Amino acid sequence: MSDATKKTTDTEPDDHTGSGNAPLPTPEAQPAVIHVSQPGVASSNQATNESGLTGRFKSVLNQPNDSTQKTLLVTVIMCLLCSVIVSAAAVLLRPTQTANAALDRKRNIVQVAGLLKDEGSVEVAFKDVESRIVNLDTGEYTDQFNGVEYDQYAAASDPNLSIALDKKDDIAGIGRRAQFAEVYLIGGSENFKQIVLPVHGLGLWSTLYGFVSLDQDLTTITGLKFYNHAETPGLGGEVDNPIWQDKWKGKLAFDDTGNVKIEVVKGTVVPGNQNAAWQVDGLAGATLTSRGVSQLLRFWLDEQGFGSFLKNLKQREAS
Amino acid sequence: MNAHEREMARQVVLDPLVDNNPITLQILGICSALAVTTTLAASLLMCLALTTVVAFSNASISMIRNHVPSSIRIIVQMTIIASLVIVVDQLLKAFAYDVAKTLSVFVGLIITNCIVLGRAEAFAMKNPPLISMLDGLGNGLGYSLVLIIVGATRELFGSGTLLGYSVLSTTNDGGWYYTNGLMLLPPSAFFIIGMMIWGIRSWKTAQVEKADYEISNAHHSEVV
Repeated sequence: MSDATKKTTDTEPDDHTGSGNAPLPTPEAQPAVIHVSQPGVASSNQATNESGLTGRFKSVLNQPNDSTQKTLLVTVIMCLLCSVIVSAAAVLLRPTQTANAALDRKRNIVQVAGLLKDEGSVEVAFKDVESRIVNLDTGEYTDQFNGVEYDQYAAASDPNLSIALDKKDDIAGIGRRAQFAEVYLIGGSENFKQIVLPVHGLGLWSTLYGFVSLDQDLTTITGLKFYNHAETPGLGGEVDNPIWQDKWKGKLAFDDTGNVKIEVVKGTVVPGNQNAAWQVDGLAGATLTSRGVSQLLRFWLDEQGFGSFLKNLKQREAS
Repeated sequence: MNAHEREMARQVVLDPLVDNNPITLQILGICSALAVTTTLAASLLMCLALTTVVAFSNASISMIRNHVPSSIRIIVQMTIIASLVIVVDQLLKAFAYDVAKTLSVFVGLIITNCIVLGRAEAFAMKNPPLISMLDGLGNGLGYSLVLIIVGATRELFGSGTLLGYSVLSTTNDGGWYYTNGLMLLPPSAFFIIGMMIWGIRSWKTAQVEKADYEISNAHHSEVV
């Protein structure tokens, strides 16, 4: 009790000295502040505090355009106005944009699996898709989360839901990996025809987010598609090129012993070479993006990513 | 609005269409004209975005033109243009998500489009808001006219479609038309814009630039 009163009496004199030598008591601190900032300008109309403020505004506006004060005032007002407009647009439009992004995600899932025949039937095609959350550490399904509310990429920055990766393990350059991931089973979880896995990793400028789709045998790749990246258009941005995406179809992800073997080679794949089934042409002029795609697939298909989940699935199929 | 003002308004809107076209006469904004004209839909959306930005940036810059300190005027103009571009970009992402994705960085790059800053500096800083807005509109339309022609040509001959509807039935669909792959690549826009400039300058010879050097015509007897 006495401590508290002591504190207030201690701080108040400090405030006064801090704001210059304003002789006013604390309740009228507001006018005191205005008064303190005034001495620089000789202005005549200060009848009340309110008109004093607008009067000062006007007097600064009436100064020559290049005076320092007016320059500062114009800058501040304009920045405030522009930031209000920009943030209002961002906040008001966010719900629509999020809905668009969600629909786009679904479209990408059905597209990578090759289910989308004509545009506009995304929701219809998506009916055939069952989404499940997988615990990446155990490789088992979990019902801990609802797919609608679980966001793998938000979880990756939550210390409770993700793990930090060692430098040597982190070949995809993602830093942290969420413990759970949503996978999509085409045709239901019991008897799926294809499985779509979310993948992401560092390219040259940006993190590439996409999906890879595996066939029933869990080895043959049926599609690869990135839905979000900021690589150079025309070079690394060619990961969006349908011709390049088609090259992935039918490639094998694992070798006979179950190790990840898929890679993007520099240049074109030599036809007939013994590894051709595991190799995809690199993108011309985009070595680092190509390497990024290679590394992120190797990461996500291996032990640190969906490796244990895929092994479990394979065992279940075999038995 | 008196007769003189009406005449001036008509002039600032119509002049940039052919006589003072920002692309074909001033050769500004070429980069986006090459990049986004693969399809007509993308071109139309880009035109809409640019015309909106240049009209509103001209209007708002003109409103504050008497209070802009000349030492920071370019920064002031850029801030206003950038804010408008962000708003337009957000609107596109909300209401035309797919096309906005194909336009990708080029909407953001309207900020650096010479047409926008050029009109702000050359017109809006010296004229009242309404006429500045019309000037922005006119220049946006001039840009749009070229983009629409280029976009329509490229889509028609590159993919045999217009706005996604099949016009020339392509061999891929069992028709007779072999698609011209060059039309889908940026260089084709260079050729089309080049031919447009040639056409316009043959029609309106006043637009022909004076040659920097004259080739002297020596009679063969002088040479020998």
